[in-house]
Amino acid sequence: MSWNWEVFCKSTLDENFSPVCFGTGGETTYLDWIMSAWGWTLSVSALGLLIAMVLGILMGALRTLPPDNFVTRLLATIGNVWVELFRSIPVLVQVFLWYHVVPALIPVLKSLPSFILVSLALGFFTSSRIAEQVRAGIGALPRGQRFAAMAMGLTTFQSYRYVILPMALRIVIPPLTSESMNIIKNSSVAFAVSVAELTLFAMQAQEETSRGIEIYLGVTALYVISALTVNRIMALIESKTRVPGFIVSASSGGH
Amino acid sequence: MKKNLLIAAMLGLGLVSAVQAAGTLDKIKSSGSITMGVRESSGLSYTIGDNKYVGYHVEICQRVIGDLQKQLKLKSLDIKYQPVTSQNRLPLVQNGTVDLECGSTTNNATRQKDVAFAVTTYVEEVRIAVKANSGITSLNQLNGKKVATTTGTTSVQLLRKHEKAAGVDFNEVFGKDHADSFLLLESGRADAFVMDGSILALNIANSKNPADYKIVGEVIAVEPIAIMLRKDDPEFKKAVDDSIKKMMKDGTLTKLWDKWFLQPIPPKGNKVGLALSASTKDAWAYPNDKPAEDYAKK
Repeated sequence: MSWNWEVFCKSTLDENFSPVCFGTGGETTYLDWIMSAWGWTLSVSALGLLIAMVLGILMGALRTLPPDNFVTRLLATIGNVWVELFRSIPVLVQVFLWYHVVPALIPVLKSLPSFILVSLALGFFTSSRIAEQVRAGIGALPRGQRFAAMAMGLTTFQSYRYVILPMALRIVIPPLTSESMNIIKNSSVAFAVSVAELTLFAMQAQEETSRGIEIYLGVTALYVISALTVNRIMALIESKTRVPGFIVSASSGGH
Repeated sequence: MKKNLLIAAMLGLGLVSAVQAAGTLDKIKSSGSITMGVRESSGLSYTIGDNKYVGYHVEICQRVIGDLQKQLKLKSLDIKYQPVTSQNRLPLVQNGTVDLECGSTTNNATRQKDVAFAVTTYVEEVRIAVKANSGITSLNQLNGKKVATTTGTTSVQLLRKHEKAAGVDFNEVFGKDHADSFLLLESGRADAFVMDGSILALNIANSKNPADYKIVGEVIAVEPIAIMLRKDDPEFKKAVDDSIKKMMKDGTLTKLWDKWFLQPIPPKGNKVGLALSASTKDAWAYPNDKPAEDYAKK
């Protein structure tokens, strides 16, 4: 097995090699391209994650609303339908639905770039998973917390905003870490709708250069770096937001 | 994708021996079987379902294998069909999984470092397909328009080069396979689909309304398409080349061309309607395994 890492310094147009590996004067090398592809992967993941977090926390909270009256029951049903709908369709199928089917039904969406559509698809898919985790987090809180909030005279919204969600979200940081890392890996489906991200780069560049192993290893390294960075950021958030004595962290032993 | 990555990983770890030590002919003789690499949906090699593969290149290969059987004096020779993709065809030929790749692989200098090619059986012209009512007749009219092509093909690079040379600016959209790229054109997400002429013709022939599309404009590039085999196995290459050269001389290839490109073909009984091009005729008259780069210089 002979390595040929110079392939990343090669121009994407001809057989020239750039001495600094980055293209100069309008030239583009495979290194430039993989970096731009990495940018697309991170952009799709970041936008998808933002959508997923906002909707996931909202839907997860809705599902735990007490069945006091018609409105809360309706909202809880919306949350249930949302989760069951988006988690039972494979993510690649959802991407195609957003790209090919939805714009055919709603022509306005045709003008949206595929980057937005794929972020929506990824975000909605992941939101259903985050919603379940948030619901589990809320379920893990002692019922007394909700009752205490009510006894203080807080409205339902206020008790979620100031008592339930701040505690529940701390509990579910570990599974949210997994989801945040997952969305980076799942963003590879964006290649199917023409977003020039890492997987599309890998498929195209290995074809053009015939150096598939180097290209795939390069792409793998970037995926690992991205996912690990997210992991470390989430670990930092976990330690910064810890409330001493309330939620016992894994390191000090919960049992 | 996954399979492809796995193979790449195994190659990287050296778990798969890159080249078979013994010659391919010996391997065929001792195992009594040969593995043909085929494509799921390509102009020269495609599936009609139920694990059956047909097409111009598949039939050429079947005849080549018939000749190999005679040459090796085998009573029976079992043909195994292994579907391959643009991404995994080279590694699969290199590591010995596939003996004879009968898809639609461009013979170019980069690939010749890793694999060998039989004499060119088909010369592809890269063309533009547009909607018949679009009014587009040449590549330069595509400035600022959306141009579809398929990920993992040489057309992507060709377009990029042309863009640079002619100073035009396309918005490229990438289909994950040819059917997907054609869907981009059909649904109006792309104004043109740049790809090998045979693939365009086949997709148009199989579309809901073939009259809605047409192939227009200049020939963007010419590429020799050939059957791919393992590198450094001169005996096997000679056996395959001889068989193909015989078919070029005795008119078998002309008949096969008529059968696959001018007559109705399975599964739908459509006609591709691709006339025999001068460059393909040339390749048959003067059999060679020159890479695409040599064609460009002409």
